[in-house]
Amino acid sequence: MMELQPVHATGPQETFVLNLGPQHPATHGVLRIKLTMDGEFIKDAVIVAGYVHREHEKMGENRTWAQFLPNTSRIDYLSAMMYTHAYVGAVERACGIQPPSRAEYIRVITSELNRISSHLVWWGAYLLDLGGMTPLLYAFDDREKILDLLEALTGARLTYCYYRFGGVLEDVDDNFIAGTRAFVKEFRPRLRMFRRLVSENIIFRKRVENIGIIDAEMCRKYGATGPMIRGAGVPYDVRRAEPYSVYPELDFEVATDPAADSMGRYKVRMEEMEQSLRIIEQALDRLPDGPVMAKVPRVIKVPAGEYCYATEAARGRFEVRIVSTGKLIPHRIRLRTPCFGNLSLFEEAARGMMLADGIAMMGSLDLVIPDIDR
Amino acid sequence: MSQSIKHLHERFQKLFPAMDADNPSPADEAGTDSREEAEPLEAEAPAAVPQLRCRRTEHAKAGYDLDLAVEPQQVLEAAGVLDEGGFAIDMITGIDWPDDNQFELIYDFLHFQGPARVVVRTRVPRDRPEIASLSAIFPGANWHERETAEFYGIQFTGHPNPIHLLLPDDFQGFPLRKDFKPEPDPS
Repeated sequence: MMELQPVHATGPQETFVLNLGPQHPATHGVLRIKLTMDGEFIKDAVIVAGYVHREHEKMGENRTWAQFLPNTSRIDYLSAMMYTHAYVGAVERACGIQPPSRAEYIRVITSELNRISSHLVWWGAYLLDLGGMTPLLYAFDDREKILDLLEALTGARLTYCYYRFGGVLEDVDDNFIAGTRAFVKEFRPRLRMFRRLVSENIIFRKRVENIGIIDAEMCRKYGATGPMIRGAGVPYDVRRAEPYSVYPELDFEVATDPAADSMGRYKVRMEEMEQSLRIIEQALDRLPDGPVMAKVPRVIKVPAGEYCYATEAARGRFEVRIVSTGKLIPHRIRLRTPCFGNLSLFEEAARGMMLADGIAMMGSLDLVIPDIDR
Repeated sequence: MSQSIKHLHERFQKLFPAMDADNPSPADEAGTDSREEAEPLEAEAPAAVPQLRCRRTEHAKAGYDLDLAVEPQQVLEAAGVLDEGGFAIDMITGIDWPDDNQFELIYDFLHFQGPARVVVRTRVPRDRPEIASLSAIFPGANWHERETAEFYGIQFTGHPNPIHLLLPDDFQGFPLRKDFKPEPDPS
């Protein structure tokens, strides 16, 4: 419990405690930040996490390998595809299962669609944090199209459980391919419009440029990845650094920006949507024929040992470590989530900032709270 | 980057010489991880107590490039070497091995300049789980250690803020221990 302190006439040394959250629109979920304020300036920030802790890692230890699959899409509910990918990837790596090429391409297409929809939520919500209502409506308009496409394919709008050990649940149909092509075509000019509408806006730029500097060294010390490290000018992307699936066959650029401020991270995400469109287009062009599932035993038994598999999720590096003792249920499933490392540096980075700038920085971290709390 | 992994491998072998003299591992020469392949499906828990060793592993098989097993008091030194080498902290994993009466701790490090992941592992006794905190070297270890501490009851000595991170403040017990029994629901 926080101690209540009487309010006195202010002196120069006076500070007060301000609770940001747990229910605050700018924390995008149930996160509490205990701020010690000196006027408008943040003197000290303490993160209080765990409000939506569900203990996914313990759940992993009392169900079979396949039964844990739906859990993986409920960690970061905005980039469920990439999370499921890391888990099935780890089990496939352990069992030596090679998914057919068509399945890998479908995985890439759906993952990149998911990345765009995730970035659109961030884009709309971030600008809402900064006081702009309109972009959210534009963003959700386009996101709806992606969700419809993925819903028709997987049956779910957010918490997809579409990837399976050895492939994907169902083959894509002509409607999905035509719909995805149409989306790519429509979304390109929309993205350009978003840039004209927002990125160049002087009010927006004043809010984010040179605000919330998080350099590469700080990212390294805290293990911050994804748009955080790329927004600090380092081209680190798991899709290139630890190539998985068919990403090595596809041509795309790792978006970076040297600014290391909130604007840098903003620009990286905007460029990533563009690059995702490129990836989707190429993958659709090259989509091979064939099965979408490899031959896998009905009951998966993972050979004893320890295996890691990482994917580039929308918020950064997501990694699964599985430890098997050869039994039907896992001995340990460890989930390394990107928001955990990305948020852990907030306490240091926010010190000395003005409160409104702290919000601008926090929005640029693109937090998903269940991803931190698990 | 494979050059620097090689360099790091040699550096660790020099730094912790006991591991090669006492436990020559054939995997060192092969340059691949033989454990996963050799182990039959119904095998017992992997390697009862990890031998002190430093070996190259194949990224495509294990997900990391260098696997270092050290004594608990050597972790800090190994992390220092990795910090100098420009590595970033990736995660800290606790694993309960009740049959060995030990907790395994796995520290993962990654490098932003390419496919180089280093794993540093150690084991602490289950009845006296104590290890030095890394948070002075990597402030990012702070949260990972708080998490590992609350779920396993491992004490990280020298930790600046050893309180619960994800669990409620008044939570009793260590949920990720294999012998954890939740309190019955009062309702």
